[in-house]
Formats: sequence, C-alpha cells, structure tokens
Amino acid sequence: MAFVAPKETFAGKVFPVTIGTENEQTFGGENTLPFHAFEGEVPNRPLIAYEIQDVPPEDWPETVRKVYDAVGDDPVKWAKFCQDELKAKAIALRLIGTHPDNKDLSADDAAKTVSDVLGAVNVPLIILGSNHVEKDSEVLVKVAEVAKGKNCVIGKAQEANYKTIAAAAMANGHKLIAMSELDINLSKQLNILITQMGFEKERLITDPMCSALGYGLEYTYSVMERIRLAALAQNDPVMQPPMMADVGMYVWKIKETQASEETLPEWGGLEERAIMWEAMTASSLMLSGAEFLVMRHPKAVELVERFVDELMG
Amino acid sequence: MALTGVEIFKLLPKTNCKKCGFPTCLAFAMKLAQRQASLDACPDVSEEAKKILGEASAPPIRPITFGTGDKAVKMGEETVLFRHEKKFVNPTVFALEIKDTEADDVIEAKINDVVTSEINRVGQLLRVDSICITNESGDAGKFAALAEKVAQKAPDVPVIVATESPEAAEAAIKPFSGKNAILYGVTDANADKMVEIAKANKAIVGAKADGLEALSALTEKIKSTGVEDIVMDSGARKASELLEHNTYIRRAALKKSFKPLGYPVINFVQRDDSMFEALIAGLGVTKYASIVVLSSAEKWKNLALFTLRQNIYTDPQVPMQVEQKIYKIGEPTPDSPLIITTNFSLTYFIVSGEVENAKVPAYLAVMDCEGLSVLTAWAAGKFTGSKIANFIKESGIENEINHRELIIPGYVAILSGAIEEKLEGWKVTVGPREANALPAFLRSRAA
Repeated sequence: MAFVAPKETFAGKVFPVTIGTENEQTFGGENTLPFHAFEGEVPNRPLIAYEIQDVPPEDWPETVRKVYDAVGDDPVKWAKFCQDELKAKAIALRLIGTHPDNKDLSADDAAKTVSDVLGAVNVPLIILGSNHVEKDSEVLVKVAEVAKGKNCVIGKAQEANYKTIAAAAMANGHKLIAMSELDINLSKQLNILITQMGFEKERLITDPMCSALGYGLEYTYSVMERIRLAALAQNDPVMQPPMMADVGMYVWKIKETQASEETLPEWGGLEERAIMWEAMTASSLMLSGAEFLVMRHPKAVELVERFVDELMG
Repeated sequence: MALTGVEIFKLLPKTNCKKCGFPTCLAFAMKLAQRQASLDACPDVSEEAKKILGEASAPPIRPITFGTGDKAVKMGEETVLFRHEKKFVNPTVFALEIKDTEADDVIEAKINDVVTSEINRVGQLLRVDSICITNESGDAGKFAALAEKVAQKAPDVPVIVATESPEAAEAAIKPFSGKNAILYGVTDANADKMVEIAKANKAIVGAKADGLEALSALTEKIKSTGVEDIVMDSGARKASELLEHNTYIRRAALKKSFKPLGYPVINFVQRDDSMFEALIAGLGVTKYASIVVLSSAEKWKNLALFTLRQNIYTDPQVPMQVEQKIYKIGEPTPDSPLIITTNFSLTYFIVSGEVENAKVPAYLAVMDCEGLSVLTAWAAGKFTGSKIANFIKESGIENEINHRELIIPGYVAILSGAIEEKLEGWKVTVGPREANALPAFLRSRAA
C-alpha cells in the first residue's frame, strides 16, 4: 500500500486583520488549520502584544513585576520600554485602574493615559478596559475618540455592553474584540449582534475567553478548535474573525506562578515554572487557533516567538 | 475502514440459524458493525470471512502496552483528531533520554529524576513514565553497562533501547527481556537482524525511517515478519515537520484506514534549551504523539507537561470534578469567611482564583454535585438546602471556625431560608452572582 498524503483543504478562510498606522501588524488570513502550511496558506504569524497598565503592576507576582520595576509607575515609560528594549511588535494597554474596585479612575484619566501612550510609541496599540461592564462602556467610548484614526484594537465588547463600545470603535476607525464566555454559540451570537449594528465582521476579533494551563485550558482549547473548524470547514463567515488569547492576566494570578519552591519543593523553581506556565499556555492556544495574544513576561514571549519560528520555518 | 452491516452480512453464512443469539444473520451483522457483538458467536463463519472481518474490526491505531506491571502504560487506540469529538484515549508517554556517553553522576541524577517524578494533581498521580537509553558511544559494552544500571536502579520503569546497531541492541536489551521494552532504531537497512532481537526478547519494534512513504514501507516489511507491535518515528524533528507528520499519520490511520501507519507515534523533541524543549513536547502532547522523548526532567518542566497532558486528555463529555472538601485559601484563621460552591472543576478554578485575588484568607467548601456548575446543580436538585446542610455538618468545619456564617453563590439566593432551617444556629449570607465580584465582596467585609 503506497502512502498518499491525506491533505485537507477548506472553503473557508480566517479574515486577516491589520492594526496600527506606522508599524502595521497583520494577523489571521489563513485558509487552513493552525500552522498547517503543508496543506494551505498561512500568510501571517500570530501577533503577541506586551501588556501594560494605566496603574503600577502592584498585584502582578514578583517574577514578572520585577521586569518592570523601573518603568511600572508610568504607562508612558512602560510602553517605551516594551517598544524600545523588548522590541514589542504591539502594546496592549489595560485600563485596570478605571475599575470601581481598583482606583476608579475616570474616563478622562483613561483618555489622558491613552493619548500620552499613543504620543510616545509608534507600534500598534490595543486598548483594553477593566472588564467592568458599565464602566467599560463609559471609558472605552472616550478612549476610542482620543485614539481616532490610529487603527487600534478596542476591547472588550461583551453581550451586556457591546452596543456603545462597538459604535465607538466603528465611529473612530478601530478594530474590536468581542468576548463571550467559553461557548461557541455565545461567541457566534455576539458576533452576529455586533455585525447587525453595521460593524464589519472583517474588523472583529473573537475572544472566546482564555484560561490558564491547569485551570480550564482544555475548555478554551476546544472552543477555539470548534470555532476554527466552523470558520474553515463550514465556511461560516461569522466565525471567521481571528481569535484572541488574553494569556497574561489568566496565568499570572494562579498558584503555579506564585508559590515559592520552599513551600512546594515538588513543583521546582518558581522563576522557570512561572515563565513556563505563560509560554505553555500561549503555545497550546496558538495550536488550537489563537492568532493574537497578550502576554507579560519577555522570556515567555521570546520562547513562544521561537516556537512560531520553528512551526513556520 | 470499518465495514457496514450490509457488507458484513454478505460474508456471513445467511442461514439465519440463530446460534449466535440473534434472530437473523442480518441482525447479527448490524450488531457486529456497531461492535456490540463478536464474530466468535457464529459457529459457521468461513475462514476467509474471519480474516476480512478481523482486519476490518481491528482498531485503526493499534493498542500497545509498553512495559509490565504497575508502571506499564498503554498507547494507541485513538479514534479522533479533535478532542471535542471524543476523549483522547491513552495519554502521551514521557520518556527521559539517558545517553551512554553521559557521566556517571549525570546518569544517576537522571534515573533519580524519573523515579522521584511522581506528583499528585487534582487527584491523579502523574510521572515521567519511561527511560530511553541511547547508544551515543557506538560501543556495545558501554551501552550494556548503562542498561544494567537502569534495570537495577529503576527496575519497573518501561525502557526504550535506542540503537541502530544489532550488536549493541543484543547486548543492552537483555535486562529488559520479556518486559515489553521498545527496541528503537529498526531501519530498512538493519530490519532483519533487529526484528529477530526484538522477537527473541518480546520487545516492541521502534521503526525509524525518513519520511512517511519510507515509514509506511518499513512498517509493512516489519509486519510481514509476523511482528504486530510497532511504534513509529517518521524522522521528523523540527516543529513544522512534527505537526505535519503527526497530523498526516493520524488522519491516514483514522480517515483512510491506512494500516501501515496505524501504530503509535514516537517524537524526539530534545533541544538545548529545556524551556523551549518543553514547548515542543507540548506540541507532541496536543498533536498526536504517543511517546515524547525529552533530554531533561526538571520538576517545573514536569509539572507544566503533566498538567498539559492531563488537560488535553480529559473527557470533554464528562465534567472534570474536584474532590469534595473544605479547601483553605491563603492561611485562614477561625474567623475567616466560609464560602460554598460546587465541584465542577471550572467553577472551582474560577472561584478559588478570585478568592486568591481578593487576598482575603478564606475557607472554600466545595460540595460534590457530580461536576455540575452552581445553577445546573441547583436545577438538578443536587445543590439543595438539606444537602448543603449535611455537607457542612459532616465536613467538621464547625470545629475549625469560631463563627457560623455561610456565604452562598448569588444565583442560589433562594436557598438561604432552607439552609438556615436545616443548619441550626447558622446565618446564611448571599454572595455575588459572578465569581469576579468576589474580591470586592470579600474585601469590603474584611474592611
């Protein structure tokens, strides 16, 4: 029996999304399963953005906080550090300080931060709210205006607040992240609702909700695989936006990235373990379909970039 | 390809004799097609039909047991390409490579890494399953000495003997004779001699070829000598090749019933950088490797790889459950709050994560609701006032805390009365509906 490569080709294709103005970045665009260049077109690498915040990273675990010790007190310094020293291809600014339980910073405070950061860097900017449904619809509307014309990514729009946020992203020429909670049907429904407002599906990014290795990773992994198969095999246009994995914030809050080796000797060194956790979560989700990732530790980013090099080379 | 009921029917005697226990041959054929009956039940079936049906009913990826005794591991038997369709069956085997050129203390340390690698995670015992000894020196004597040492210090661990030299294979396989070891390094050039050695020692044949065409030809050649148990190395080493070859092999076996590639796959993922090696090993775990050979097994790396393997190989149709008990988060004191939720693993992970975020030490009572989430468990009558009351009473928490206050999920606020009725002297407080509101809730109470 002679071997014949069982190639599979698909009718569907993931939309390519381009962000930024000066140093544009494009992700998505493939017509095949993740990294299956042996049977389809994989025109773009996944994009990894470095996460920064509007307030100092006080609640980030030591292993990652110390990387930003000298710059964490100022989002502008922090952003420039990521761009110039870490060679970030994109920066994700999370306005966590606007959360009512955090510093409850106002939409105007957030707008100033966004405008300062935009003035300081020239890589694409992703602007993320604090994930507080009401506050986000106030804050993100304002910052979308400030960033008008910069072709940013704004997020995240959820079922409870998508109308105002999508309208603001649309009016100011941004891309939009649509987030739902670990369910392919909810994800599809939200994308439909947003496109029914007149928002182009080609400008959307689907966030099916991330989970860390050991903390529900398999759910995100399988929801992503199902969304990707719907996009490719069923050629469902609503499921064809590229997918996001918000890796850093899910990984850097669990025990594996914080417990010392003294407390848990059987878990081995904390530094390696914590970085490994972020890198492994990211690489696994890339294999299930994530094209756009937000991460925190430079060493983890470097490892994952190298992983992509080997997969695409 | 599995045969349809009608195709099977054509091969049966068509006498409707009922000796198989079914009213007609057609009914029996239908059951055979669904794998709910065995061909042995038919006394009159022809030898030719047996052969055809036997081949057609064999699993598309051959099940193989590697090693013997308690530490034996199963491989193969996979039925799908994507884990949401059906559970991935036999978890990837992790093997640590030890070369016969390595210094004695390195060898000792590596053997020790394997035998002490076992950890418990969410109720499962996980470990580095196997040792792969490699004849890097080319010297048969050195290789045999390493084999002896491994057999002595790690007596029950399944072993891969890796060499392309029949002389070295002969020398090193001896201590593992009869123990379902793998003799890896069987190529087109050495197959005749190596297969004889494997047979004589009851070892699984580890076939190595350059590319999938050559590999298919090689496994057919090996099979023609009467060998059934084979593991396959396509020669892929780079991540892009590993993904391509592993995907094609799985597809060819499952979708094309291509028998020459219907065996478990072994991937060699060694890299200079151990963290990077772990990512390549992760590719093997997610994408269809039955064995992944590593160059080192640090504890932090093991933990990440074990966890990934556990995640990918859970049954997507059965909710993952955590053990029913009172979990301590942070270092709670007798005055710390007591919160209750259900034992669906995702519920547990999210709730415990948010309590950790709150940085308020607390007791988290996780109740066995057969792995259902809070609302589902409540709707199914598994998260009720009296059941909660029983659980709290039997947990012994009353001896550990000074207060008598139980915080319940906001979605089941309706249960507060029922719980207070059954739990005498207790006060029920309704917590937030969503876990992400827990930090604010707990902090405001602590303030």
